[in-house]
Amino acid sequence: MNNRASPDRTLSRSTDWHGDAMQKRIAKRYAAERRFKYTGFAAVLISSAFLAFLLFVMVGNGLRGFQKTEISLPVDFVAATGGASAESLRGENAERAAASLDLQGVINTAIDIEYGADAELLFTDSTWTDARDQLLANPDLVTRKAAIWITASPEIDRAAKADGNAAAEILYARLKDAGKARTSFNWGFLTNADGTDPARVGIWGALKGSIITMLVTLALAFPVGVLAAVYLEEYAPSNRLTDLIEVSINNLAAVPSIIFGLLGLVVFLSWMELPRSSALVGGLTLALMTMPVIVIAGRNAIKSVPPSIREAALGVGSSPIQVVFHHVLPLALPGIMTGTIIGMARALGETAPLLMIGMRAFLTSPPQGLSDPSTVLPVQIYLWSDEVNRGFVEKTSAAIIILLLFLLTMNAFAIYLRNRFETRW
Amino acid sequence: MNETATAPKMTTRNVDVFYGDKKAIDDISIDIDMENVTAFIGPSGCGKSTFLRTMNRMNDTIPSARVTGEITLDGENIYAPSMDVVQLRARVGMVFQKPNPFPKSIYDNIAYGPRIHGLATGKTELDQIVEKSLQRAGLWNEVKDRLQESGTALSGGQQQRLCIARAIAVDPEVILMDEPCSALDPIATAKIEELIHELRGKYAIVIVTHNMQQAARVSQKTAFFHLGNMVEYGDTSEMFTNPKEDRTRDYITGRYG
Repeated sequence: MNNRASPDRTLSRSTDWHGDAMQKRIAKRYAAERRFKYTGFAAVLISSAFLAFLLFVMVGNGLRGFQKTEISLPVDFVAATGGASAESLRGENAERAAASLDLQGVINTAIDIEYGADAELLFTDSTWTDARDQLLANPDLVTRKAAIWITASPEIDRAAKADGNAAAEILYARLKDAGKARTSFNWGFLTNADGTDPARVGIWGALKGSIITMLVTLALAFPVGVLAAVYLEEYAPSNRLTDLIEVSINNLAAVPSIIFGLLGLVVFLSWMELPRSSALVGGLTLALMTMPVIVIAGRNAIKSVPPSIREAALGVGSSPIQVVFHHVLPLALPGIMTGTIIGMARALGETAPLLMIGMRAFLTSPPQGLSDPSTVLPVQIYLWSDEVNRGFVEKTSAAIIILLLFLLTMNAFAIYLRNRFETRW
Repeated sequence: MNETATAPKMTTRNVDVFYGDKKAIDDISIDIDMENVTAFIGPSGCGKSTFLRTMNRMNDTIPSARVTGEITLDGENIYAPSMDVVQLRARVGMVFQKPNPFPKSIYDNIAYGPRIHGLATGKTELDQIVEKSLQRAGLWNEVKDRLQESGTALSGGQQQRLCIARAIAVDPEVILMDEPCSALDPIATAKIEELIHELRGKYAIVIVTHNMQQAARVSQKTAFFHLGNMVEYGDTSEMFTNPKEDRTRDYITGRYG
């Protein structure tokens, strides 16, 4: 105590807190704060504008993809089919019975009678399949003379959406006035698979493929990724090998996706001989790509669990595994899930690696299981955007809307889960 | 003071602790008696917390830490390969410097230990353990109507008593307290000290503290640590009135620290 220095009272005050220089400095500081605030606000504005523009363009183009144009066609089924009974079109032999009716001829005749020279412009070659589907859905039609609604050709469809050529628009306007044309919601787009006629293609094949692929990816990447993260954070000794693994995982997360596609091609298709183009191989390939993202996010989430909680758990006699599963993982889960969703969203939008493993096949029916050939939404978008037929433009946009909706659903689910498990300290 | 014929609850013999190459604790031998409060005092960084953490092997979680010498609980070497660390930490409970309740309900905070050790056979028994532990920690009256609320919503002092209740709930024999009052205000501190007094009858308590008055108030034995060495160990009343070593006297009278 006695050797402590006494306060030096000779120090004079030299700072003028109210002088001009000081006021200037204060004004400058305020200006800097304001500038920063406005810059940040501008950044938010710009990114929102991009998003709004994207949504506006996609919705503008894509909504038309959910509409279809139909033309009314009177068909005298009784005369044309020679009095086939409604009973024959029921039951399990219905399809064969329908095939024996020569519906193609029946419809072509009906079209000739009703529309004559306009037929070429109004309908496509596969028109008769509409008639078959409607007959199978409603067999009583075959016993009477009925007007059925047939999907119009892409030219007429575009005319209906005020985007067609002059001849088609005039013809459509005439039919519309006569009550022989209508537009309705295209349920087929949500239930069909790919095809050659844009008016009849659907997204379901690709959507189902995406869902199955994502499930495979999640089922593989999530447990493996989380367990790897837990091991590296909680158990791994700190040595050269661990460092090497850590660096490798970080690098893996940055590897371009096409390389994973090549890896999948060699490992899953050539060596393991898994079915080509299948959702299983697609899911495996994307899992390789997603796993490092989950590991990194998982490690960060685990790292951010306060050490005091670990100590508390150890202090009452938890075993290491109890510490992890009772305390660390539940607290890290929101962060892990956020990382998982980011990885999954990236995987969902991935095209290149899937092209490498043959998931760009033209498939007219949705996959029935893991090993069926399938495609996914972004590949479908890529394929349609490459089509010559102008009718595919709006289908491409519509498919993009579906992809974005899928993404939104996934993210919303993630946010829900995160809020549900988030710990409030 | 009162001579007891019974063997000490815990003993340490020639304990050294290293962090890497650095020696943090140098040759400490000490006996911890049942039904006594032993205080470790000393300036910051003198190794008292490090030493405390060797007594329930919490230092195992630090990869570079290495302990030599012998520490026994009821005559059994706790660093022997046959010793189960999990059970050791249940028998030698710990209360930390900063209150660290689990982000779970008050009930679950207390019930967690008994659950993982299978101390209760049913819901009613578990309820009883929770109530008894909270009562013993002097918290029951304050929280009995809100057992399902989060333990982290309590005040700092309440949280620390919750942590003590959590340690008591697994029925330990020794309780280690690492500066349990350093994050608390004087009123909360007084409550904890009172609690330590009451708990003394059933456990061996070791408390690390910066606060010499606290050591004088709550402990029967005091060990003074300085730079990794134990300078002096003896009855608290003796040490505070008539220290043998100069360093002890200087520290106790506030000359440094």
